[in-house]
Amino acid sequence: MAEKVTVNISVNGEQHTSEVEPRLLLVHYLRETLGLTGTHVGCDTSQCGACTVHMDGQAVKSCTIFAVQAEGSKITTIEGIGGIGNLNPVQEGFWEMHGLQCGFCTPGMIMAATDLLSRNPNPSEAEIRHSLEGNYCRCTGYHNIVRAVQYAADKMAGKNPVGAAADD
Amino acid sequence: MADKLMGKAMKRVEDPRFITGTGNYTDDMSVHGMLHAAMVRSPYAHAKINSIDTSKAKAMPGVLAVITGQEMLDAGIKGIPTGWLHAGIKTPPHYAITPDKARHVGDIVAAIIAETRQIAEDAAEQVVVDYEPLPAVVLGSKALERGAPAVHAEAEDNVCFTWSIGDKAETDALFNQAYKTVKLNIRNNRLVPNAMEPRASLAQYAKAADEYTLHTTSQNPHIHRLLIAAFIMGIPEHKLRVIAPDVGGGFGSKIYQYPEEVIVLYAAKKLNRPVKWAARRSESFVTDSHGRDHETVAEMAVDANHKITALRVDTIANMGAYLTTFAPAVPTYLYGTLLTGTYKTQKIYCHVTAPFTNTVPVDAYRGAGRPEATYLLERLVDVMAAELGEDPTEFRRKNFIQPSEFPYQTPVALQYDSGNYEPAMDKALEMVGYKELRRQQEEGRQQGKYMGIGVITFLEACGLAPSALVGSLGAQAGQWESALVRVMPTGAVEVFTGSHSHGQGHETAFAQVVADELQVPMESVTLVHGDTGRMPYGWGSYGSRSAPVGLSAIVMASRKIVDKSKKIAAHLLEAAPEDIVHEDGKYMVKGVPDKAKSFFDVALMAHLAHNYPADLEPGLEATHFYDPKNFVFPFGTHIAVVDVDPDTGKVALRRYLSVDDCGPIVNPLIADGQIHGGIAQGYGQAVLEDAVYDDEGQLLTGNFLEYTLPRADDMVQIEHDHTVTPSPHNPLGVKGIGEAGTIASTAAVANAVLDALRPFGIQHLDMPYTPEKVWRAIQGAKKVPQAAD
Repeated sequence: MAEKVTVNISVNGEQHTSEVEPRLLLVHYLRETLGLTGTHVGCDTSQCGACTVHMDGQAVKSCTIFAVQAEGSKITTIEGIGGIGNLNPVQEGFWEMHGLQCGFCTPGMIMAATDLLSRNPNPSEAEIRHSLEGNYCRCTGYHNIVRAVQYAADKMAGKNPVGAAADD
Repeated sequence: MADKLMGKAMKRVEDPRFITGTGNYTDDMSVHGMLHAAMVRSPYAHAKINSIDTSKAKAMPGVLAVITGQEMLDAGIKGIPTGWLHAGIKTPPHYAITPDKARHVGDIVAAIIAETRQIAEDAAEQVVVDYEPLPAVVLGSKALERGAPAVHAEAEDNVCFTWSIGDKAETDALFNQAYKTVKLNIRNNRLVPNAMEPRASLAQYAKAADEYTLHTTSQNPHIHRLLIAAFIMGIPEHKLRVIAPDVGGGFGSKIYQYPEEVIVLYAAKKLNRPVKWAARRSESFVTDSHGRDHETVAEMAVDANHKITALRVDTIANMGAYLTTFAPAVPTYLYGTLLTGTYKTQKIYCHVTAPFTNTVPVDAYRGAGRPEATYLLERLVDVMAAELGEDPTEFRRKNFIQPSEFPYQTPVALQYDSGNYEPAMDKALEMVGYKELRRQQEEGRQQGKYMGIGVITFLEACGLAPSALVGSLGAQAGQWESALVRVMPTGAVEVFTGSHSHGQGHETAFAQVVADELQVPMESVTLVHGDTGRMPYGWGSYGSRSAPVGLSAIVMASRKIVDKSKKIAAHLLEAAPEDIVHEDGKYMVKGVPDKAKSFFDVALMAHLAHNYPADLEPGLEATHFYDPKNFVFPFGTHIAVVDVDPDTGKVALRRYLSVDDCGPIVNPLIADGQIHGGIAQGYGQAVLEDAVYDDEGQLLTGNFLEYTLPRADDMVQIEHDHTVTPSPHNPLGVKGIGEAGTIASTAAVANAVLDALRPFGIQHLDMPYTPEKVWRAIQGAKKVPQAAD
């Protein structure tokens, strides 16, 4: 076991100083060291995207980054983008359009979609699909995920998107 | 009470926790003193274990135990049983840790328990196992060859069981008289389920009470408890509480009781500390039960009127190295019985041989037997239609079982209760613009463009299942479901169900129905599931049974609450119970609404029992155990439209349409979501997914780099609609919808791809239709279409 090193990472606006093994992945740092279990681990080859977070404003797969590589950076996780009562438009879109079933891929999917909309506020269906191809979902067939992102784009553009649900 | 909630697209009540990262999956849990397990797994598909040296691993700081198979045998831990038996079936032992021989890559030979996961995984690499590699066998048909390596001493010829259904002589006779026959050799590719949440288990042991608690990724916690307590560990069932918290998808793979669950329970008691294990995805590939893997010769016979007269099917169904919980049921009663599909067929004979091989066990994966049956039937129908020079939809229409013929007795045991297949097909053909699409196809072919149209009709039997019936067929379990509806003094309602939700949205859909039945606001209903310590006994979720069976139990229990509430209200209103009506959320004497009692009045008095009928028990809760009278039979028509690039062999999905009939729909958002996801999984099998083993039994597609799931840009927006034919035998008339998409879409996409390749004279190709496979087929084609010259 290698000697531990000190890292300073801002997570969801809070500064953390921790002693970690150099081999510790960012995702395990978030889940195990900080207890932020909203970020999930779905694979071990950086294919599934369940662990997607934002690092200095960009979507990254936190299983491909060592915690030590995040030294000095600002990390945002699903817990940091909005909660019950103040949902982010993408979170709202996923709820309104039934963009999730088992919920396991959802945090990563929301973080990837949020990143897309920050770069491209009005994406086409093809652009949404292309931009989310790094995130696997086994439940939804992506149909309602696409609609969720479209809903969020409309919402962020100040339009008044109509949810799929009857109880709105 | 306002409109009924049944049928409304209610937003899911479970979503807030998932979209904010506050779900509670097993691997999210951390408890005081928790240790971590890592498994030492065989790198060989077949090897004798001569010795295991654990000394180096044991000596590492932070390692608390290294557990071997022999230690668990010595402690009296038994093998993992299967839950379905056929006559003459061989059930060799399946130990959580194999003591003597590894039978597939991934078979556990030792387990490390350590202070951290990292230490456990480091220590696993320090266990020295002296393996003596043995010849391995991977393909089912190879395992049946004379002289093939025997996977188990208990089955020298590798035959686990053989099974057949239907009358062979009568079927053969119809083939002899046939106007035309077609025959296909069909491989149904092996799949890895890959729910997005890898399996995980956390075991805790309370020494004072001698009680265990297991949090685990399960679709059916009571089945886990029964198998582990009664069969494997030999402890009283009530000393083990099994909790399946949020579970990230199952698709069948989390039905089964797995070795790691036994290991962490054993270790938790041994060390008197909690122990957690969580699979790496590459472990999931070599441990989660796989799906499908059939080699089949299938034949169809028709008469001069182009009516299907007979089917003859001979299947080799690979069981893998061991039998998991429902494996023997899948290629038999969930497969051979489905071969009628939607077509009137006089005779069917299906014979199945199920060999052991040195591969991961094969069991139910979304659809389980029914996609295999549908795929080969719908391939045969398309090939026959082409042979007859008939449009495949007209050939289907000619052969449909007619609405007047229900209940319809098939030649393979099932009695279909209801169905009306033609309107679903007509609706789908109209939606897709079938005639115009065929015209475009013809036009495209002239220009060297190869679009394919795959139209399939399907039927499935789900809502598992009438207990006495499945018992007579070999099930070692009941297949009813339970519900407990408990009303609080405040009128809040807790509903406990034996069904388990791992993405299906029961917390919403079931609450909608209870709100309707009790005429209370949906917000006052909370659903509880996935905990043997809280629910009545139940059998869980699989086989699209949650709505037709689990929800039926809830409805019946709710109606008992209403009946009792009427008695309480009658007493309060000084009226006869039969004069009480339940309307607008109130109990009243018919025609006297101003003296109505609210649900709260009734619930409160049920608990206070101050002013109460003398002959009535206090309290307001009801339990119902619902055993279905029959399966339910959802059906529909699915259409896939694909483009095949002849230069690269790439298949691209252009459109996908479905018209499904799952009876009345509880929540269209949820039902449609199930269809979308099911279609994507079926598309995955047809075009992308394949568990490929080499001859030595190494899984070559053992992670997400090599095994391809459908991604967002593989799929299109699904165009779908419904017809509604209620089931006649359950209280809501509902039918299952969890598996229909997968059952239908594999066949639809396969037919579409082969329709695209028809100008090349290619009659059949096995899935998945990867660019390489399609390109090679085109290169090797006997026929070169004019425009491609």
